[in-house]
Amino acid sequence: KSPETFLFFIMIPYTGEFLSMVGVVGLEVHAQIQSTSKLFSGSHVRFLAPPNSLVSHFDASLPGTLPVLNRRCVEAAVLTGLALNCTINRKSLFDRKHYFYADMPAGYQITQQRVPIAVNGMLVYSHFEGRRRNQVVTKSVKIKQIQLEQDSGKSLHDDEQSQTLIDLNRAGVGLMELVMEPEMCCGEEAAAAVRELQLILQALGTCQANMAEGQLRVDANVSVHRPGEPLGVRTEVKNINSVRHLAKAIDYEIQRQMEVLQSAGKVLNETRAFDSKSGNTIPMRDKEGLQDYRFMPEPNLPPLFVYESKASVPAGVDPAQVVVIDRLSAQLPELPSVKRTRLVETYGILQEHSFTLVNEDGLMDYFENVVQTTKAEPRKVIGWVIKELMGNLNSQNLKVSQSPISPCALAELINLAESGHISSSTAKQVFQEMWKAPEKTVGQIVKEQDLWMINDKEELQKICRRIVDSHPEEVNPNKVLNKLMGEVQRETKGRTDPVQVRAILEKMVS
Amino acid sequence: MESPTITASRSVSRRGEKRFHVEISKTGGGEVVAQGLPAWLSTLSAGPASARGPESASPQPPTRAAPNTAQTCRHLHSKVSQALRDGRVSATELCRKCIDQIQRTHYLNAFITITGETAMEQAQRADNRIRTGKPLGPLDGIPFSVKDNFCTENIKTTCASKMLKGYVPPFSATVVQKLLDQGAVLVGKTNLDEFAMGAGSTDGVFGPVRNPWSYTTLYREQSTEDPDSDWAISGGSSGGSAAAVAALSSFLALGSDTGGSTRNPGSLCGVVALKPTYGLLSRHGLIPLVNSMDVPGIMTRSVHDAATVLRILQGRDERDSTTVQAPSTPPSLPEHFDIRDICVGIPKEYHAPGLSTDTLAQWSRVAAMFEQAGARVQEVSLPHTQHSIVCYHVLCCCEVASNMARFDGLEYGHRSTIDSSTDAMYATTRHEGFNNVVRRRILSGNYFLLKSNYERYFVKAQQMRRLITEDLKNVFRSGIDVLLTPTTLSDAARYTDFIQEDNRTRSAQEDVFTQPVNMAGLPAVTVPTALSRRGLPISLQLIGQTLQDWKLLTVAHWMEQQVNFPMIHLHGDSDERKLDRSVRERTHTIGS
Repeated sequence: KSPETFLFFIMIPYTGEFLSMVGVVGLEVHAQIQSTSKLFSGSHVRFLAPPNSLVSHFDASLPGTLPVLNRRCVEAAVLTGLALNCTINRKSLFDRKHYFYADMPAGYQITQQRVPIAVNGMLVYSHFEGRRRNQVVTKSVKIKQIQLEQDSGKSLHDDEQSQTLIDLNRAGVGLMELVMEPEMCCGEEAAAAVRELQLILQALGTCQANMAEGQLRVDANVSVHRPGEPLGVRTEVKNINSVRHLAKAIDYEIQRQMEVLQSAGKVLNETRAFDSKSGNTIPMRDKEGLQDYRFMPEPNLPPLFVYESKASVPAGVDPAQVVVIDRLSAQLPELPSVKRTRLVETYGILQEHSFTLVNEDGLMDYFENVVQTTKAEPRKVIGWVIKELMGNLNSQNLKVSQSPISPCALAELINLAESGHISSSTAKQVFQEMWKAPEKTVGQIVKEQDLWMINDKEELQKICRRIVDSHPEEVNPNKVLNKLMGEVQRETKGRTDPVQVRAILEKMVS
Repeated sequence: MESPTITASRSVSRRGEKRFHVEISKTGGGEVVAQGLPAWLSTLSAGPASARGPESASPQPPTRAAPNTAQTCRHLHSKVSQALRDGRVSATELCRKCIDQIQRTHYLNAFITITGETAMEQAQRADNRIRTGKPLGPLDGIPFSVKDNFCTENIKTTCASKMLKGYVPPFSATVVQKLLDQGAVLVGKTNLDEFAMGAGSTDGVFGPVRNPWSYTTLYREQSTEDPDSDWAISGGSSGGSAAAVAALSSFLALGSDTGGSTRNPGSLCGVVALKPTYGLLSRHGLIPLVNSMDVPGIMTRSVHDAATVLRILQGRDERDSTTVQAPSTPPSLPEHFDIRDICVGIPKEYHAPGLSTDTLAQWSRVAAMFEQAGARVQEVSLPHTQHSIVCYHVLCCCEVASNMARFDGLEYGHRSTIDSSTDAMYATTRHEGFNNVVRRRILSGNYFLLKSNYERYFVKAQQMRRLITEDLKNVFRSGIDVLLTPTTLSDAARYTDFIQEDNRTRSAQEDVFTQPVNMAGLPAVTVPTALSRRGLPISLQLIGQTLQDWKLLTVAHWMEQQVNFPMIHLHGDSDERKLDRSVRERTHTIGS
């Protein structure tokens, strides 16, 4: 190419405010594989074990030790690849990536740089838009690849004594690195994509995907540009430990870059850390950009083969000892998106509610359990589950599995309300009592507190008469009806059917 | 020139007789005792090989005749293990003799660690088993030594480097463990070039290994210099192991072979050295040089012994993913096999510049032996061989740079006292811990692996490696069973000559015949065939097809039986050498 052409390209005139800038977000996700032992050694994998208690000779990089691939980790990566619509490479390779770091004892990480185990996938995710945030928008992002690699250990810097302590428990734990293409535009999209990924991984059982415990680590590559123009210089944002922080960090970074460019500054290709206290991203002092990892094939591991089916396993190889895709496909559980569709179709609930049911671990099962044991409409049950149950759980920061009220007990309660034995307002009151005293049955609580519905017409008449009589000055119809009804409810502790009471009161005051 | 050395050797042999007299009486005495060789070994050594005698029809080697006190000593294992079972010798006796011999020949500097105490305990246990008629196998009670780059549980493993001085591994290498599990007795860890990088065993932190053959009468007779200044190198990098087997202080030794590190010293020290097919023996616990080429090597005094050891060590190891299932192997090498069924290839490219006339003559002699015995001998071509050494060096440096990255002073090994920062600690630790040779290879390797250089060096070398492998495959596909080549260009160099060139140059020269085999992962064995004019061993290499190690050894066994390589006769131990020197000085004075 002639230099003129080149010059022409860089001399494109500044287009001013013609098109506004947009953010471009790609993600690199490190998901710790849920397995009992590490990727290349027999050491156990456990969170919060005493420091350096889960370290094999290989993990400590003792000379003469060799990696031995854990089949379970390969299966986890294949399952994840299948769930994310990836092409599974029948043959993949391992490479060494070199850098000196105290918590990387061998001086290199074994990863899959050249030929990863899975490529060309797609993650479909949804998020909510609109004023009431109840409009479901479905999007997708390409998964470039999934590669198997080793986790590093952990360094603890003691600034006071100026020393670094190293814990190798995590060193060598299997990771799946998922690379998502820069196809998202804001923090919310990225957060929704990661949330969906978490659900998929948890459904597969391939990763616990808890960001706070580091089982899922997300780095965001963020840049800004004007649509139609080449991508801008990107920064990598690290140190993000929740989905909420991910959204915040990305949005902050997009804003920051736009401001830099608008004030005629330059965005640097750098690594930045998210500071959750200030909500800012700050440059990290590292030489990441200057590193040459000197990749090299890992000579101690033969190519990793996975087979289409049992029939394609070559003679002399025990099919039980290798990874067979067919066998894993058959094991694939119901994925979150399928679950949601099924919930909407089967129970006629709102789409947004299907998200809540699937998002909360165990909530869908809880809901379906209640639905099966009650005669009430699923649409009524969903209200109980989402408003009452989740409200209480959230306010006390409990998981569904920790709920003091079992699905059975809730079903019983709903049944009583449905059959008119207690009023719906009483039912809510009983729900709170059950929460406080889970050892008691619904019947016990209703009986002890005398909450059965007053269905006796004469008794109702009497109560209403008493209320009307005690408010002689307010016998102006219509205006006072609501107040009187409230009085009746108070008097009866809500044990009345509002429709009935209203009818009686209307007669009395007219 | 002649008379003074004769005087010297006489005085030594008188001392020698005195020394071994006790041992002779222990085992019944009366037999002819080779110098430095315990009496009972002579009795055990009368095997079928020596009965057959040399091939009379073969052309005479351009060498001096071996001293006639030698009885060709073959099948040591089977003979010794039979003697152990018959109660003619005990394992503790055997072990004690080997340890004595290590001490007697300490000037060879073959050992870094002598494990006398644990060895005697192991030998005691072997004796108990043998006494109760329950030996573990043919190696029960047999003393062996191991190159100091194989991990040995609770025994120091140094790689002859400051970096690992005092390092005690918590586990044993699979091959070591297999020998121990067979009841073999570990007598010590042998010297090498630092991290096995070298071809002379001259570049380790514990100093150079001396070739035992430079302490034989024949060598000393020709030398006018002090035995401490005129001696030949052992070859490397497994020089300690080769010297240990050659000097009779072990019946077998483990070496490692990356570019010839087992075959080169095996050849120069006149022992049988087998580099098995890549993947046939586990590398677990072998501190790596080049993972894709490293193979544990077996050094013995006979092909038969090498076969016995191979049978025990071979096979899949779940701790080394590159190991393969061993082909089924008969219990021992066939005594009778028809050499006429064999086609021997002579690669023309191995007529390399620098090939000594002695070595060339041996090569021709043995090729003629094959031909006369009815084998088909045929010239073949390996056109890419000439590029092998350069590519070998690129690949070697790359893996070295990578493998050495773990030595950062954090988890184990040497750690510098400089602690101003982690990076400073790394840098000084590595600078202090590694010698020049290692540091240079790391630097080169990192250079080759840089993103901008990777295609030009690493990828190119890998491509060439495939071509070299193809060359060899093609030759075997054409009907060749084994290739016959020299192992080294010449006999062992004098130490003072050898160190005139740097390690890089020497490795390139010395590995020229051996490293293509590592590139291709094939099995190869070197067998000593004769002594050179200087009284040093000359050996030839046989190269076999992948996983045809057994067939290779069968041919090697035949060759060994024909060549009638002499038994070593050490001139004496270090005390006697001092005496030797003073005698020579005196006689020199007389002579002049």
